[in-house]
Amino acid sequence: MTWFPQSISGRVYAAILLILAPAPFVFEWINQPFYLDLLSRALILAIAVVSLNLILGFGGMISLGHAAYIGIGAYAVGIPSYYDYYNGWLHLALALSVSASFALITGAISLRTKGVYFIMITMAFSQMAYFTFLSLEEYGADDGLVIYSRSEFPQWLTMDGGTSLYYWIFALLLLSLFFTHRLVHSRFGRVIVGSKFNEQRMQALGFNTYRYRLVCYVISAMICSLAGMLLGNFTGFISPDMIGWARSGELIFMVIIGGAGTFFGPLVGTIVYILLEEFLSLITVYWHLIFGIMLVALVLFGKGGIHGWLSRLDRKGAGHD
Amino acid sequence: MTEHLLKIHNLNKHFGGIVATDRINLAVEKGLIHAIIGPNGAGKTTLLAQLSGQIKPDSGEIEFDGQRITGYGMARRARAGLARSFQITSVVMPMTLLQNVMLAVQGGSGHSFRFWAPVSNDSAMKAAAMASLAEVGLDDRANRIAANVSHGEQRQLEVAMALAMKPRMLLLDEPMAGMGKEEGAMMVKILKRLKGDMTILLVEHDMDAVFSLADQLSVLVNGHIIATDTVENIRINDEVQRAYLGDGHA
Repeated sequence: MTWFPQSISGRVYAAILLILAPAPFVFEWINQPFYLDLLSRALILAIAVVSLNLILGFGGMISLGHAAYIGIGAYAVGIPSYYDYYNGWLHLALALSVSASFALITGAISLRTKGVYFIMITMAFSQMAYFTFLSLEEYGADDGLVIYSRSEFPQWLTMDGGTSLYYWIFALLLLSLFFTHRLVHSRFGRVIVGSKFNEQRMQALGFNTYRYRLVCYVISAMICSLAGMLLGNFTGFISPDMIGWARSGELIFMVIIGGAGTFFGPLVGTIVYILLEEFLSLITVYWHLIFGIMLVALVLFGKGGIHGWLSRLDRKGAGHD
Repeated sequence: MTEHLLKIHNLNKHFGGIVATDRINLAVEKGLIHAIIGPNGAGKTTLLAQLSGQIKPDSGEIEFDGQRITGYGMARRARAGLARSFQITSVVMPMTLLQNVMLAVQGGSGHSFRFWAPVSNDSAMKAAAMASLAEVGLDDRANRIAANVSHGEQRQLEVAMALAMKPRMLLLDEPMAGMGKEEGAMMVKILKRLKGDMTILLVEHDMDAVFSLADQLSVLVNGHIIATDTVENIRINDEVQRAYLGDGHA
């Protein structure tokens, strides 16, 4: 049975996908619509985290401004809807094109810097986006904007209803995972990964690393905007709050918890983060404190995140490196 | 008629008050191994860094294969056919030797804005990379992680990567640096095999290696080239004896 994953990590990920696939029907059956909401939100964020992992985990570009692209995607639904343009293809096209343009301009500047300066400059750009949305009185400013109806697609693609939207989210998540996988193993991906470890060598091999990184940054932003487009539809309400740099920080945490530079790590990291947040806050009002301690412990002791931990189990089982 | 692949005109570079490169003029003949020797701090690595585009000269021109490349960056010079190896081993440590060399093949074969097809299925690229690994005798270690092989093997990997780009000229910065006797001998053997087919500018400390490999020698002292000649003539050159060889043996 070669189709069945041999490693522990592979089996865990396969199990997670098998649980996620029929989730809406299970939740309906046990009459717990709240969990569908929770899971939908987690998987939307997972798409954003997958996109961040592409530049952060595989490319070594630590962006503290990725939430801006969630915001762009969400406003690409909200603003047209405000003018009664509900066409989903329009929303999708806007999300992708505006995020690509914003990423191209800000990336072209940010990628001239390295290390902590890159972190700061990406954060600065996302704060620019944040304050821009905050100042848009027409679109609710800090009160936010209500989206009265979901993006309209042909009947077979409709987003109406929790289950339909869930499968939109699930499908886009699988697509972004698949796409990332193909990308990382392509010629382009090799250049991106090589540049993370030794940029000077890559240049000596003839690669204009700046250009490759910029393209990678734009691709990542576009995937992230899909998450924003889904989030706008999911919450039916958007506000600049979605974009603040603390949001971007959470995305980084989710990448690290799951395992940066792995394919399924971001998905698992996001689910764990969201579940922890949810259930800890049910137990105690001091949940932030416990949550914080857990995150510190995870970063300190969980080298390589959850994926790292699972693959260490694999190695132990196999008895070799 | 001799054809010069690389020409350096009046190259100058200083760092603050220190003159690292002082009016260097040099022409490297096609198909020869041209070595640059000189005491520590003579400016050999600085010169090589200017040739590869890592640092910009203050003035002067560099001409490669008829085109002026002075204004080119590192990547563009590499694509023009000028490959280099580093004095301090610089490979992608977490990748296998094969993956490293495949990157070099990729770098030497057009742009890499190809987003879909997996590299690992690219048998032509793999074959080219294996050929380069075989040239330096590393083909039996192709799937080892670069960080886990010996220092000498990493040095050989550097050369394999430079070769895999199918360059027209190699800039080798102390390929024997930090090597033991056997590893050094292996490297000399590898470079000897390239002799005649490849134009090489070689910066090296190991005099025995230089004397056995080079066709032409330039002696660099305090950023200036004091002599360029055949190995035999350099050996008996008084000025060189005084300035360099004398220093080392005094």
